Amino acid sequence: MNDVATGFSILTLLTVLPLAGALLALFIPRHARGIALITALVGLAMALVVWLHLPADGSIGMGERISWVPSLGIEYHLGVDGLGALMVLLSAVVTLMSVDAAHRVHHQPGLYYALVLALESGLFGSFTALNFFHWFLFWELSLIPAFFLIKLWGGPNRGPASTQFFIYTMAGSVALLLSFLAVFLSTGSMDFTELTALAASGSLTQMVTAHLGAVMPWLAMGVLAGFAVKVPMVPFHTWLPAAYAEAPSPVTMLLTGAMSKMGVYGLLRIAIPLFGPQIAAIRTPLLILAVATVVMGAWAAAAQKDLKRVFAYSSVNHLGYCLLGIFALAVPASGAAAQASQAAALNGVILQMFNHGLTAAALFWFIAMIQFRTGGLRGIDDFGGLRKPAPVFAGLMGIALFSSLGLPGLNGFVGEFLIFRGVFPLAWIAATVSVLGLLVYAAAILTVIQKVFSGPVPEHWAKFPDLHHSERLALAPVIGLMILLGLVPQLIVDGVNPTVVYLLAHWRF
Amino acid sequence: MNYADLFRAMLPETVLEIAALLVLVVDLGFVRKAALQTRVAVASLLGIVGCIVAIWGVYAAGNAGFSVDGELLLSAGRIAGVAQVGILVLSAITLLLLVGEEFTKHVGEYVAVVLMAAAGGLIIAAAQDLLVIFVGLELLSLGLYILTAFAKKSGKSAEAAMKYYLFGGMSAAFLLFGFSYFYGLTGTTNLEGIQTAIAKSGPTPLLYVAWILVVAGLGFKVAAVPFHLWAPDTYEGAPAPAAAFIASVSKVASFALILTIGSKWLTLQPDSTSGLVGLAVALHAIDKTWTQLAVVLLFVSAASMVLGNLAALAQVSVRRLLAYSAIAHAGYILLGVTTLPHYSTAIAEFPLIVGRIISVGNSANAVIYYILTYGLTTIGAFGVVGVVERATGSDRLDSFLGLHKRNPILAAVLLVLFLSLAGIPPLVGFWAKFNLFAAVLNVGAGPAPFALVALAIALSAVSLYYYLQVLKRAYVMPAADESPIKANPVTTLVLVAIAAAVVIMGCFPALLQNWIASF
Amino acid sequence: MLAWCIYISFGGAFIAALLPNRKPGLVRWFALGVALLGLLHAMAGFAAGASQGSQVLTDKLWVPAMGIHYMLVADGISRVLVLLTGIAAVAGILFSWNVELRVNQFFAFYLALIGGVYGVFLSGDLFLLFVFYEIAIIPKYFLIAIWGSTRREYGAMKLALYSFVGSAMVLIGLLAAYATSGSHTTTLAGLAHAGLPVSFQMWCFPLVFVGFGILAGMWPFHTWAPTGHVAAPTAASMLLAGVVMKLGAYGCLRVAIGLFPHGLDPWSFTLLGLASWRDVFALLAVIGIIYGALVALAQTDFKFVIGYSSVSHMGFVLLGLVTLNQIGLDGAVLQMFSHGVIAGLLFAIVGRIVYDRTHTRQFAELEHMHLARRMPFAAWAFVGAGLASMGLPGFSGFIAELQVLVGAWRANPLWAMGAGVGIIVAVAYTWRALQKAFFTDHVPGAHELEAEKAHPFAPITWPEVAGVALLGISTVAVGVYPRILLDQIEPAVKALLGGVQ
Repeated sequence: MNDVATGFSILTLLTVLPLAGALLALFIPRHARGIALITALVGLAMALVVWLHLPADGSIGMGERISWVPSLGIEYHLGVDGLGALMVLLSAVVTLMSVDAAHRVHHQPGLYYALVLALESGLFGSFTALNFFHWFLFWELSLIPAFFLIKLWGGPNRGPASTQFFIYTMAGSVALLLSFLAVFLSTGSMDFTELTALAASGSLTQMVTAHLGAVMPWLAMGVLAGFAVKVPMVPFHTWLPAAYAEAPSPVTMLLTGAMSKMGVYGLLRIAIPLFGPQIAAIRTPLLILAVATVVMGAWAAAAQKDLKRVFAYSSVNHLGYCLLGIFALAVPASGAAAQASQAAALNGVILQMFNHGLTAAALFWFIAMIQFRTGGLRGIDDFGGLRKPAPVFAGLMGIALFSSLGLPGLNGFVGEFLIFRGVFPLAWIAATVSVLGLLVYAAAILTVIQKVFSGPVPEHWAKFPDLHHSERLALAPVIGLMILLGLVPQLIVDGVNPTVVYLLAHWRF
Repeated sequence: MNYADLFRAMLPETVLEIAALLVLVVDLGFVRKAALQTRVAVASLLGIVGCIVAIWGVYAAGNAGFSVDGELLLSAGRIAGVAQVGILVLSAITLLLLVGEEFTKHVGEYVAVVLMAAAGGLIIAAAQDLLVIFVGLELLSLGLYILTAFAKKSGKSAEAAMKYYLFGGMSAAFLLFGFSYFYGLTGTTNLEGIQTAIAKSGPTPLLYVAWILVVAGLGFKVAAVPFHLWAPDTYEGAPAPAAAFIASVSKVASFALILTIGSKWLTLQPDSTSGLVGLAVALHAIDKTWTQLAVVLLFVSAASMVLGNLAALAQVSVRRLLAYSAIAHAGYILLGVTTLPHYSTAIAEFPLIVGRIISVGNSANAVIYYILTYGLTTIGAFGVVGVVERATGSDRLDSFLGLHKRNPILAAVLLVLFLSLAGIPPLVGFWAKFNLFAAVLNVGAGPAPFALVALAIALSAVSLYYYLQVLKRAYVMPAADESPIKANPVTTLVLVAIAAAVVIMGCFPALLQNWIASF
Repeated sequence: MLAWCIYISFGGAFIAALLPNRKPGLVRWFALGVALLGLLHAMAGFAAGASQGSQVLTDKLWVPAMGIHYMLVADGISRVLVLLTGIAAVAGILFSWNVELRVNQFFAFYLALIGGVYGVFLSGDLFLLFVFYEIAIIPKYFLIAIWGSTRREYGAMKLALYSFVGSAMVLIGLLAAYATSGSHTTTLAGLAHAGLPVSFQMWCFPLVFVGFGILAGMWPFHTWAPTGHVAAPTAASMLLAGVVMKLGAYGCLRVAIGLFPHGLDPWSFTLLGLASWRDVFALLAVIGIIYGALVALAQTDFKFVIGYSSVSHMGFVLLGLVTLNQIGLDGAVLQMFSHGVIAGLLFAIVGRIVYDRTHTRQFAELEHMHLARRMPFAAWAFVGAGLASMGLPGFSGFIAELQVLVGAWRANPLWAMGAGVGIIVAVAYTWRALQKAFFTDHVPGAHELEAEKAHPFAPITWPEVAGVALLGISTVAVGVYPRILLDQIEPAVKALLGGVQ
């Protein structure tokens, strides 16, 4: 464990700060948005500090470890490596974007911003936690604000949508909890680093089998199920379109930008390290499901008439690539080439997590703007030729759309490329079929662009307002980041790659 | 026949008789023209003074007892002494309750009868001879019949007295008949003499018949099933202070008598071959805790507990409720009596007296403790009922509605007393029950004693229900009439003192126990 | 220090009965003062006893003839439960601030009940424990019968009789143990070392366990609990579910398991898969957990949901008790504290905050009242309490239930699985209640909005806020830092298990 150069518990501070902001916003509702903005900005600054102080060898840094409930193996154990720090950074960025996008909350603004900040705290907490209890605490705690954000400010169907969201995620959590309890009962430890080391040496399977019998495959499936709901993976994804559509767009930004990454992060932090051999054993069915996620996501996106649902399914599709990459690399490495492919896939997955988060959040921001301007309309067929009255809007949203599509030069490309680069040698059938998803999705996006921005302008949209200055100012860094990361991906890769190497060295299939 | 000894042994009774005569003289001679309440006050005062002097007499009588030709006629000290002091104290308290009552103009006569009946009670508490027992019993009973009828204006009073008298006369006949058999079997009327004679001569089936007849007679006195039919009517009809007297003093005396007889005779063995005895023998074979004669008492006890508690559930008159609960309590106490003939070696505090009266160990102490505290509590209960009756005109449950508003002190006293009867700690009634059950279990740890104690405790739970019914009326349910109920200050003081005593003795049970042991 | 909790409460009860009814404010503040004083003593005693292990507070010979001692003892478990009582007492008074009827008697009975509860937790002598246990019954009866709501007289009588029957069973066991032990004392320590024969323990243990279990809401003797809780006024249901049910569990632990541990030994035969009283009571506990949860799921009355959830949560306590391992018992005691606070909070919200304003507890009617908008404090307080009740991490219930689960697993995996099902159903019924009562999807019509404006709810008063804060902070503090309590519980459990083995 390397301690941060500044010498104090920055991760704890990072997690607690949004909670403090939430309390402030709750009690001073008139300035809630301002408080939230400031808190989000400070959070972003701290996330950057964390990012810049990562250990060079890709191991876990800025660790804090205090004993909490020894009899249950519960410790207050925090730490980040490249993966965690990147997710923290993503969360900070997306939260800032979400707060900015929600510029007029009519109904109980104090509560709204408090919940958003509480959600951010939950995200920070779960991305920095290294002990199951702590991690699970924040995993559950992020669920509550999300539920209420959908339930209280959502669209007309918010009741069933939030209910479904809650139930699915809870069910997944229960499966996770039970599997982890079994692990704890066998090993007496709830610490991720310890358990990873045990798994790497092969002792974990031994200990579990000794205590409980041959249940490792069941535990692996329990853990996978928990994350499969969150990512989501087909067929556990049915909660997502309704939830994303009914939630107010700024909340959807958070859901898709950051919360969905919790699932993938969990796979990388918990499922793969601890249950590598079991996952490798069922790799083929998992790959099939991943491919199904990719293809089905794309196909469904193409079929939607509601913009929010288009991008909801597009999230399913993009995260399907992450799943593809993860399951593809779950093979015992048999040579330098295979190892290189694994590294590429993993790098791609992590990059995709960040890039998709950024892009999807941006896209929903744009939808929020459209909704605001049109009084809530968001059907594909409701618009047309918006390029004429709002060229800047069309241009910026176009960039975001193309990034989502995966155009080279924009950030969306790099992740997908690396994933395919890594998956092709490891699982070429899956990769090939997934290309289908690429094609279908490209068609879907182009259709959106065509229907919304091109073509003749209907009368009532002739006066469609373009972006204000403040909006341009807010969006500029985001779009700029998309372009920058597309052209110079090393900015991220340099920070992530050592962690990738480190992780792969410690994983065992 | 040493008349000095006789005088000394009978000092308490003599004092009471003199006090009775004095009351009559003073009331008829000197204060005849005064107001009723003045006469009541004077008579009660004289009666109480008489009781107090009699208590001194009990102490002065020492432990010697009174014997003729080597045969003990009257014992003193130990159980007898405790019972006698108890009788006198309780009588004094019932006399205090007389203050404020208006049910009769014949105050002097009333107090005199009370004192004479108390004297009868003193005699049977100490008696060791069949004839002496009978004399004392009749003195007590006749007094009680008269007291029951004292409310001349009430039809119920007369009816109750008639029933009591007829029943009592019949059971006295049974008792005498049983006694005559004992005399016939042994040729002596002395309890101890009878015991030694039968023990020497061997078992005989006639013993059983005699014993059952005696139990019938004694059972009547304590209102045990199936000899209880007089109790509800008497409790309902007699004027409140008289009912209090009947419920407390006569019970103490009667149980003291049962203890005396039981400690002598319960060890006797009837013939084991006769059919009549077969059942008892069979039971005795199951659980050796009880002797064959004690088994009869066991049936009576169990029946009393069950019937008393169950019947009380259905009552709407509080007096009748108290009557049936008295039957139930008699059942509990008899359970303690049945384990009398065993000696607990663990407690060596109670020395033999004059080599004549056998140490009776835990059970006797527990029984005496129970009956004394029960008597006190019952007097208090009747005191409250009396006040409510005078104010509302009836003793139905509904008369108690809203009592906590109408007279909070009275309601609080009622709460304490009824909870004590139900056996809720930290009140003395709980301790008495606990003590009794512990004594029962201490002698026999087989399944049958446990079963009976369990039955008793379960029935206590039932009793909580009907006691709570009264308390519910007093505290919970809304009242139709909320006018305040005024009670005589003396009465209130007495009742509060009783309630306080119940609480204090419950918190410090050793106080009374030590006093009993010190005799 | 801790003994003063008892005396202050009883003294306060006596004085409260004498205070004039015309001055309700005086009575309330007096009662609050007494309860706060008790809480302070409890906290001081708790802190002082932190590393002391078992302390004997008082030991006087009470009835020499039977070897009964007036003996007060505090170990970690007692201190934790005394602390719980203190917190619950203060919270209960805060939530009874609006009682107007016969205020002096209300607080007199309330404080007497609290005194009895303190006494049970601190008793070191079995007879004394029994006395305090019985003392607590009568105030309960009157609190419910006079100040309660739905079917209060029936509920009160049922509660009183069930409790009395339970204590009657305990009395029989007490007498039997005293008679059999030959040690001629009724102190807990004395009886524990008396060497009671195994055959005796085999029948005395279930008798006493069931006797106490009745009050702890053990299935199938739990039927008094939902009726009683619903009938009781808010403060009484808070105390009933929060503290009084813990008396039963404490009795099971301290008396049944502490004095008759061999009653849990395996039998020489197996009946329907059960091989010892331990199996039997574990089965009853698991049934209670699941049954309570399932029935709660089906209720139409808000308060009944909470009542049945109490039965379910107490099932966890009982399950933890029969696991007979360190972690299971730790969890059971922690759950006693945790559920005490959480149940108190739930009943306070349902009874005081919601019912006193809406005058209905039926979901069908509450659904149309838009409580999330009109009573935001209540809604969010219930969210917090509901999450705590579900066992969400960060609240005290999670650690407690986790410990019980681990302990149950180590004893018999089937028990843990059963309990796990209960947790899942708990999430369901809590969430259903939350939805139906507060966060409904029903959109108000115009006339409904007008009616709401015309008849607004009474605003939240400061005692309610204070009460919610007190209970909420307690559960969160223990949830975030369970060591506060576990540091005292673990050594005490260890000592108890050592004595048992």
